[in-house]
Amino acid sequence: MILSDKITKIVHYFQHLQRSDKATAKLAKDRLQIIIAHERTQRDKPDYLALLQKELLEVVAKYVHINQEDVRVELERKENCSILELNVILPTISSSD
Amino acid sequence: MTKIIVITSGKGGVGKTTTSASFAVGLAKKGYKTAVIDFDIGLRNLDLIMGCERRVVYDFVNVIRKEANLNQALIRDKHIKDLFILPASQTRDKEALTIEGVGLILAELNKTFDYIVCDSPAGIERGAQLAMYFADSAIVVTNPEVSSVRDSDRMLGLLTSKTKRAEEGRDPIEEHLLLTRYSPKRVTRGEMLSLSDVNEILAIPLLGVIPESPAVLRASNSGEPVILAEESDAGQAYADAIGRFLGEEIPHRFIAEKNHWLKRLLRFKEKEAI
Ligand SMILES: Nc1ncnc2c1ncn2[C@@H]1O[C@H](COP(=O)(O)OP(=O)(O)OP(=O)(O)O)[C@@H](O)[C@H]1O
Ligand SMILES: [Mg+2]
Repeated sequence: MILSDKITKIVHYFQHLQRSDKATAKLAKDRLQIIIAHERTQRDKPDYLALLQKELLEVVAKYVHINQEDVRVELERKENCSILELNVILPTISSSD
Repeated sequence: MTKIIVITSGKGGVGKTTTSASFAVGLAKKGYKTAVIDFDIGLRNLDLIMGCERRVVYDFVNVIRKEANLNQALIRDKHIKDLFILPASQTRDKEALTIEGVGLILAELNKTFDYIVCDSPAGIERGAQLAMYFADSAIVVTNPEVSSVRDSDRMLGLLTSKTKRAEEGRDPIEEHLLLTRYSPKRVTRGEMLSLSDVNEILAIPLLGVIPESPAVLRASNSGEPVILAEESDAGQAYADAIGRFLGEEIPHRFIAEKNHWLKRLLRFKEKEAI
């Protein structure tokens, strides 16, 4: 009895050692739950994101001249919302004109 | 009533063809007249896994184009009575597969077969959509890995919207999860998504778990579907899954890790000590 409890403990200890840095399954599950929940809500919606990005950039381009490389668009998916981040590097504006 | 089963996954290389072959053999061995169809146009492979590659004369597209009739194209399995294979075409013209053509072939098979197993190609293009379109039942083959699980969920979305049953507002397609290439050892170590993780995320009934097994490669090497390797873990797991598909109650196997080597070793010592 007691011996077998000890054995189980030892085994668990070794399993724990093996687990430490390779135990990425939990991370996989968490990431999947978030992305899948998001994708399920998007399932029947039109894919408007690409269009939205394009039009946003056209608006910006009306006011300042920008290069395609100076624009960074990122979408971050959180559990109950998404954040669309638009980073535009504006050219330095000369003070006089 | 004929039942059309689609074996689908979204992601490539997860075990659809392996599953299609074993399912078709398993159903035929139970006495049901079964046809298995390769929808992977341009990448014919089911014939190799079924071991009939040298007997292919006509294919799916030949029948659609009326260059051959269905009976000429169906290959009768060498060993199992009541089992027929319809090979994919090697044409690169993916447009060759039409919804009318597939519909006509399935309608003809419906007259004489009990089960029609459709081996879907990967992806969500025409071949995959047509493979699922007429189905009554779907087996979603998933590996315990992030991209496979996500793609499976994507396919579940398509199954509920882009199929004949959905369009006609009939009862939805029956969905079954088949988790393949499962390694209980890696799950115990926390390296691999577990059965309950995947089950929780996809939330469809579990048909079976097929372990990662060297028997699968041996089976494809020899052209004999792994279910025929009756002593192998994967073969038994497929046989169980078919039993469940047909309504039998069979407990799940191959989901727990064999005793840890250390435990086995120490147990041995413990016995000696007594
Ligand atoms: N349970 C298993 N254990 C070990 N290897 C497996 C298992 N299931 C499938 N495989 C291997 O995985 C590979 C892909 O299998 P298969 O061809 O059945 O996948 P597929 O989903 O049909 O691929 P594709 O998307 O290209 O059609 C093959 O090499 C096969 O031997
Ligand atoms: Mg395949």
